[in-house]
Amino acid sequence: MNKEEILSHLPYTKPFLFVDELEHIDENGVKGYYTFSKDLDFYKGHFKDHPVTPGVILTETMAQIGLVCLGIYLTATAAAGVPGHVMLTSTAIDFMKPVFPGEKVTVTAEKVYFRFKKLNCTVQMTNEAGEVVCKGTIAGMVTNKMNA
Amino acid sequence: MDRQLLLSKLKTIVASYSHDKDALEYLSETTDFTKDLKINSANLVDVVLDVEEEFDIEIDNLSMERMLNVSAAIEIIESKLKEIDRK
Repeated sequence: MNKEEILSHLPYTKPFLFVDELEHIDENGVKGYYTFSKDLDFYKGHFKDHPVTPGVILTETMAQIGLVCLGIYLTATAAAGVPGHVMLTSTAIDFMKPVFPGEKVTVTAEKVYFRFKKLNCTVQMTNEAGEVVCKGTIAGMVTNKMNA
Repeated sequence: MDRQLLLSKLKTIVASYSHDKDALEYLSETTDFTKDLKINSANLVDVVLDVEEEFDIEIDNLSMERMLNVSAAIEIIESKLKEIDRK
């Protein structure tokens, strides 16, 4: 399964799709990009007159690129595999720097393990200056059915 | 391995993932990981991975699916340990 096919299997759409492009993906990890458009709705309220990307959205962006794209790739490339759905089960993220409207971020993820349908990854987000914005661990269950 | 020792090692492992203090304190062979200890499916995987590391055994997919309560876990661990002894 190539990078474009993975993106087409993502179950998200605007305004909740936080993946623009994958640069690389293999069985051990993934690297991808997303640019936070200044028009995203949550900037109106987070915060009043001082738009900053919410930490939960940064976490979601890391989950979509690092966990979901990798989960789809791993299940699709397995023997007789079909692309699975990834259900988020845990996150542990540290935040270092703010991400402002219009910024492009890079997410890299490395697989720690994928066993008994559980995918566990270390993830890291960097800004255009190459500074680490946030990093941590994200895990999910890769299932055949959504919400299963 | 002595069954009491095995049970206490298992209790130490599940303690990290249990969400029910009483059920953990009174852990017995009939304790169900999901119903009693309120461990979710993702953390059940972590229990199995910790069991593999603690006892230096490998749990296959079939055994994983059966490992839903303490007695099943003990039975699986004991049989895997016996397999190693035979080799």
